[in-house]
Amino acid sequence: MTTVVVAMSGGVDSSVAAALLVQQGYTVIGMMMRLWAEDTTVGNGGHNRCCTPDQMADARRIASDLGIPFYVLDTREVFRRDIVQFFIDQHAEGVTPNPCLACNRHIRFEWLLNNALAMGADYLATGHYARLTHAEDGTVELRKAYTAEKDQSYVLSVLTQEKLQRAMFPIGEYTKPQVREMAASFGLPVASKSDSQDLCFLGDGDYRRFLRENGPAGMFEVGPIVTTDGQELGTHTGLPNYTIGQRKGLGVAAAEPLYVLELDTKANRLIVGTRDELGRDWLTAKQMSWISGQVPITPLEVEVKIRYKAHPVPALATPLDGGRLHLQLNDPLRDVTPGQGAVLYQDDLCLGSGIIER
Amino acid sequence: MSIYLDHSATTPVDDRVLEAMLPYFSQHYGNPSSIHQWGQMAEAAVERARRTIAGILNCRPDEIIFTSCGSESDNLAVRGAAVAARHAGKGRHLITQPLEHSAVGKTCRQLETYFDFDCTYLPVDSQGQITPTVLENAMRDDTTVVSLMLANNEIGTLLPIAELAAVAHAHGTVFHTDAVQAGGQVVLDVQALGVDMLSLSGHKFYGPKGVGVLYVREGTPLVPSQSGGSHEFGLRSGTHNVPLIVGIAKALEIADAEFETHTAHYKAMRDRLIEGILAHLPDVELTGDAQRRLPSHASFVFKHTDANMLLMQLDMRGIAASSGSACKVGNPAPSAVLQALGYDEAWTLGGLRLTVGRQTTAADIDSVLEILPETVKAVRQLWVTA
Repeated sequence: MTTVVVAMSGGVDSSVAAALLVQQGYTVIGMMMRLWAEDTTVGNGGHNRCCTPDQMADARRIASDLGIPFYVLDTREVFRRDIVQFFIDQHAEGVTPNPCLACNRHIRFEWLLNNALAMGADYLATGHYARLTHAEDGTVELRKAYTAEKDQSYVLSVLTQEKLQRAMFPIGEYTKPQVREMAASFGLPVASKSDSQDLCFLGDGDYRRFLRENGPAGMFEVGPIVTTDGQELGTHTGLPNYTIGQRKGLGVAAAEPLYVLELDTKANRLIVGTRDELGRDWLTAKQMSWISGQVPITPLEVEVKIRYKAHPVPALATPLDGGRLHLQLNDPLRDVTPGQGAVLYQDDLCLGSGIIER
Repeated sequence: MSIYLDHSATTPVDDRVLEAMLPYFSQHYGNPSSIHQWGQMAEAAVERARRTIAGILNCRPDEIIFTSCGSESDNLAVRGAAVAARHAGKGRHLITQPLEHSAVGKTCRQLETYFDFDCTYLPVDSQGQITPTVLENAMRDDTTVVSLMLANNEIGTLLPIAELAAVAHAHGTVFHTDAVQAGGQVVLDVQALGVDMLSLSGHKFYGPKGVGVLYVREGTPLVPSQSGGSHEFGLRSGTHNVPLIVGIAKALEIADAEFETHTAHYKAMRDRLIEGILAHLPDVELTGDAQRRLPSHASFVFKHTDANMLLMQLDMRGIAASSGSACKVGNPAPSAVLQALGYDEAWTLGGLRLTVGRQTTAADIDSVLEILPETVKAVRQLWVTA
């Protein structure tokens, strides 16, 4: 008997995933992680919270309707340490991390997976839109979902073979409208809910407020705005208030539009430049994780996504020493942001990813 | 496999109890307050139940108050007596202890926070015991209510209630005991115990959920926590839940009649469990008092073990257990009881309670002893040091 733990959030995707697994005859256990989150009273009041009592009650009711056991795991401590603190630390270094990547690597497919395996489960299933296929040699391949706008392979690209061998994405073969239809046909009471948000631990979705309240002292210290040749143009209001590629709200006058090029946290300088200076036709990534487990020996024609919502663009990937990667882009990109994932594809096959270094 | 070892949480309703209750749902459905025959029939059932319980507790029938649960009994007793005594100008000092069930603990906190009472929480020793001397030292001229539980729900320790009540009485102070966990397992003679108030809950001794009893010694000043049509001598208004009242009385009657048989069985099962666990598992301690403890109650603390995880894994293997820190919504706090007993953070998430019942067999215990070591081992591998 194959046992599958399904990570349930109370939302439509994971609920349909659970229902499909039950229908397919697996022994299914529902689990929900209680993640660390701010109080709902902070900021403008919590509409962006995850794992609220409501969602927990929804998940519990769905599990009960499906006839499967349901447990809530206290994940607050490890989530606060590995995700929330990481988010703060990275921003303090002028880097804009993607916490969902880190969460899938360290929380979902490590902490939760270990708990699932300890429960005697064979697989961990989630409600992600991504597909798994098997190569002839038994290697598991991660592929994009059928609809590009729903595809979540980006945030799963950090998973290794060892983890993907234990993963299931039951709704990955379907589109969102199909999933909503299935929810209705399963009688699940969640068919019209909206999608969950990134940065689930924020009380109000305002990460700058969160950093101001929780970051190290001096994180929002004002400092100079300078051009690449060192010319001082004005004063910035604190580096975390800016993102790379930002044009509006700089408050400096110049002959042509200026863009944020770099957050120089060491000297507390905001480096700006022209549109031409912003464009980059290369980047490097670190902590490369190759899904096949094999690091390519020769340069590779790939498509790269530099953000969750970015379009894949053609590039030449050259592995470097120390798990690093050089990417030569066919056309310059304007928003290469250190800390975000650089995720590599060949058609719908996800090859792996690294963290953008510069 | 299906082994239920959570009888301190609740017990199944005894078939004989169910049978006694059934006619009072749709056959004898009258309101006991009504004048007519229908009402008289129901009233007679309630009064029979009251006499049955009074007989077992060794008190007068009009000293028995029916409530909706053990928590309500505790609330009525502690808040009712505290407010009545203060109104009479006797003072506003209360005494309890940190290991009480929250029905008493949080009622005391509320009285402190909102009503300006002053509460002393007696220190407990590493087994959860409290001596008469400790209570004596805390007594003040303005102490009006002492509330100390007969049997602890989390660690099973039995307090020397008769001696503690005597201390309170020497100061003219009202003494309440929460005996919810003790129903059916300890002789509840209120004269021998010397208490002024005693709380019970039906579902802890094979009766139905949703019904409780509060014994109130005649002459104990009490302000009702629920006012209305003056049911239950004006202390607890609300239409009587006749079938449940019939049920709790029948359940207590059975528990009393079969007391020796059941408690002997509980003790045999409990001791088999305790000896087996202490012999076969590393880094585990029995919590509570090894000698003076509830017959059905075995409780442990495991080092570097997340009890929440342990309970889930035991559930998956068909074993129902519980813990002082486990929580269904994923925010288990370190057990306050284990903290009060002096355990540090390597231990306070690791409480496990196994409570046996009438249907528990030696084979059940042996299965648990077989499964528990590997389960604890698996859970310990997941221990995250903060």
